Amino acid sequence: MNKQGNTYTLIYTAVMVIVVAFILAFAAIGLKPAQQKNIAIDKMSQILNSVNIVSTPENAQELYGKYIDDSFVVDANGQLVKGESFSMNIADQLKLPESQRTLPIFICTDDSGSPKYIIPLSGAGLWGPIWGYISIENDGNTVYGAYFAHQSETPGLGAEIEKPQFQKQFQGKHFFIDGAFMPIAVEKAGRKPQNGADYVDAVSGGTITSKGVQSMLQSCVEPYAQFLESLNSKNI
Amino acid sequence: MLSKKNKEILLGPLSKNNPVIVQILGICSALAVTAKLEPALVMAVSVTAVVAFANVIISLLRNTIPNSIRIIVQLVVVAALVIIVDQVLKAYMYQVSKQLSVFVGLIITNCILMGRLEAFALSHKPWESFLDGVGNGVGYGIILVIVAFFRELLGSGTLFGYQVIPQQLYDWGYQNNGLMILPPMALITVACIIWVHRSRNKDLQQ
Repeated sequence: MNKQGNTYTLIYTAVMVIVVAFILAFAAIGLKPAQQKNIAIDKMSQILNSVNIVSTPENAQELYGKYIDDSFVVDANGQLVKGESFSMNIADQLKLPESQRTLPIFICTDDSGSPKYIIPLSGAGLWGPIWGYISIENDGNTVYGAYFAHQSETPGLGAEIEKPQFQKQFQGKHFFIDGAFMPIAVEKAGRKPQNGADYVDAVSGGTITSKGVQSMLQSCVEPYAQFLESLNSKNI
Repeated sequence: MLSKKNKEILLGPLSKNNPVIVQILGICSALAVTAKLEPALVMAVSVTAVVAFANVIISLLRNTIPNSIRIIVQLVVVAALVIIVDQVLKAYMYQVSKQLSVFVGLIITNCILMGRLEAFALSHKPWESFLDGVGNGVGYGIILVIVAFFRELLGSGTLFGYQVIPQQLYDWGYQNNGLMILPPMALITVACIIWVHRSRNKDLQQ
């Protein structure tokens, strides 16, 4: 057969593509369980990070089992009910109408014995998605710790949101001012939000990412407001 | 098994014919993944594996590949191997794969690969192509590791994540050089390596 002819080239391409597709499909399916385990462990270590527990891939599972209690969800009425929250995606839940939402929440009982409530966050930065977890103390108001991560923010600018210096600022801030829900604002250093909400300093040079963090705190924590309020009146 | 000619194919790229510091190929990834030693080493191993096996596969197919689509065939082979490497890293070295993120995918566009496939594998037997791939991968890896060594040591005071600069020095006022972490210093470090290398190999000077 003429090796430079069109027929040969076409057949060659077709065979090559099919063979490669099979090899890749087998590789993807064969390695999937191990990959998913890694993703789950990574998620556990992110959740632990938000309650200021540093973990390594080796001990994340053990620490998660030790500190994070059974999983719960918050239903549309702001009630805590049993349910599987780990595999839940907050972004999907927020798209549903309010009455159908079940919101994931994680409860951490650390060495001090008082529970912390961990709320997953999901939003948009400048170049891609940003996400995180924020933990709130038993009074349903004070932030205990925060963790943010991003997919593709600019290193040195927007990507600074994953640094502890930025995340530590959130500790001790409040979500309720005089009984009204006010998300923590991310403001340019030296400025204060006009509505009197608690605020942290934004990342300099990372304005859009910082705004993304602020609107993520608003959109992802607000649906929990009712639950946090009831927590507050129960425990104070 | 290793005739004189094969030895040269294997060892040439380590110094006299180094892909990074003599042919100036693969610079992009050399500056992107060298802020720390660990990702640099993983990148070096990944590129070596991909270039060696891509060389063998292309060399085995070299008599069947239609000339008009040879670049496409090379790309498909390289892309398939890179995806497999990426999947294996995600399954067994998740932290490293998070750090390397897009750069594993970018191995596909690493000039060293296409250069070796086009210049060597298309016209040589599989065993020689394999040696050529290993030689070039290791030659690339050596430079990556040298650059990463200096950048991590001076930029973070650590090697492979372990603190090597004693705390006492910091107490006396020593500071990590933050500039070493940024990409420009990778280019300057590579340039210094080229300088040392050229001054020792007069025949490379023009």
